[in-house]
Amino acid sequence: MLCQECGVRPATLHFTKIVNGEKTEFHICENCAREKGELIPGTSGGFSIHSLLSGLLDLEGSSKGKSSPEAKPQEVRCEECGMTYRQFSKLGRFGCSSCYKFFDKGLDPLFKRVHGNTSHVGKIPKRIGAQIQFKRQIDELKEQLQQVIAQEEFERAAELRDQIRKLEKEIAQE
Amino acid sequence: MPDLRFTEQALSEWMRSGGSHSEIVISTRVRIARNIQHHPFPLLATKNQADEILDVLAPVVDQNQETGYGTFHLLKLDELEELDKKVLVEKHLISPNLVNDSRSGAVLLNEDESVSIMINEEDHLRIQCLFPGFQVQEAWERATAIDDIFEETVDYAFDDRRGYLTSCPTNVGTGLRASVMMHLPALVMTQQISRILSAVNQVGLTARGIYGEGSEAAGNVFQISNQITLGQTEAEIIDNLHGVAVQIIEHESNARQRLLDDSALRITDRIMRSYGILSYAAVMELKEASQRLSDIRLGVDLGILKAPSISVLNELNVKTQPGFLQKMFGEKLSSAECDMYRAKLLRDTLGTTH
Repeated sequence: MLCQECGVRPATLHFTKIVNGEKTEFHICENCAREKGELIPGTSGGFSIHSLLSGLLDLEGSSKGKSSPEAKPQEVRCEECGMTYRQFSKLGRFGCSSCYKFFDKGLDPLFKRVHGNTSHVGKIPKRIGAQIQFKRQIDELKEQLQQVIAQEEFERAAELRDQIRKLEKEIAQE
Repeated sequence: MPDLRFTEQALSEWMRSGGSHSEIVISTRVRIARNIQHHPFPLLATKNQADEILDVLAPVVDQNQETGYGTFHLLKLDELEELDKKVLVEKHLISPNLVNDSRSGAVLLNEDESVSIMINEEDHLRIQCLFPGFQVQEAWERATAIDDIFEETVDYAFDDRRGYLTSCPTNVGTGLRASVMMHLPALVMTQQISRILSAVNQVGLTARGIYGEGSEAAGNVFQISNQITLGQTEAEIIDNLHGVAVQIIEHESNARQRLLDDSALRITDRIMRSYGILSYAAVMELKEASQRLSDIRLGVDLGILKAPSISVLNELNVKTQPGFLQKMFGEKLSSAECDMYRAKLLRDTLGTTH
């Protein structure tokens, strides 16, 4: 079978694209695939989750091209492992856990796209996360406190206030 | 000398039949990704830094007999033969990543091979639990319990806002990837599969082939897993996967019933032909073997065939992979020889003497 693009070279890549249930078959040669920039699973150097992320992160290709020199996010560097934001956006992977801190500004849009969310609500490690557990509990209690005050349940409010104080004291002792 | 018991036998605990809906769900897997604070991720780690991670993580369960999940054995990847690594991948006990991209990569395996703990894969630690059949909740409970054991001695990279910090942004938050491996021949035959898989994508789940990212869905086996790890609790992720899998199980069951009602003779013929070909063929390529084994599995599930058992079929799916054939019949098999020995193995197992 000849490549359906150039009609010269033999087709070596055969794949099926399904978009909204509509099936399209492609039979093309590697040269045309590369030129067309098709993302083809399983071909060497081709599509991977990291190249996809890298596409999402590629700031140079973004439409907002008029960034001021001091705010160039590509120049940001993780002070712990030395990875630059530019490297991160090429690799699609962080170099160490501190990268999250140094690249923080650029992360919300990425996480929003990948996960639809930006903040963790799941498991917290027991030992190193004790403080965070307390903080989450206190936040929840404060929210309840606001509600009961609004409903003028002052006895319940006093109880909640004491609970919050107790937790805050425990945090201070940790 | 590495312990080779894990590569000598084909049957892992997860391949035994069991768990609910085992006629459709082959196995359930949960993995959680974790990293240690203030150490570069394996991507950037030097050999020394990676060794350090191994020295910290390996003893946690290697010496801890109190995990309740049996004794763990440490296998270091650079002490294993290429072929043994291949077999561990084919048994789903380690990822291809650990073999190809890892410095000082290692795996801790418990005796029944239901828990595999990878060290220095893409993340410092990847805890993976494999169960037969449909047991999402059970697999999660075991994985999180093992996570707790590590957390007692190791300071994880964890952030108040982002959760567990991972090398790849797609795992951040819970670090949890839960998946069910499903055999969906009737949905494929009735051409409903693409509609269902695109629906799966719309609810934050993803479907792919059984050897992970980029692999083909061989033998009508699809792996359905969660895509989102940030902004959902583990319970929500597990419930979501469970709920969607139940729906797919129902669709597959209905499609099977319709095939039986509308075209029993054709489907029986297809299954019997596949049985005949696997019992007598002299040359068998992997792709055909997967497809025909899928037909036989369907035949057993529909009661059209009395044998072989589902665990024998699970075992055959692993044993017909190239690494395993080389392990059994000789290390340097050409692909033509692989096809010949694959056919022999299938003939011998499916009960003929030719």
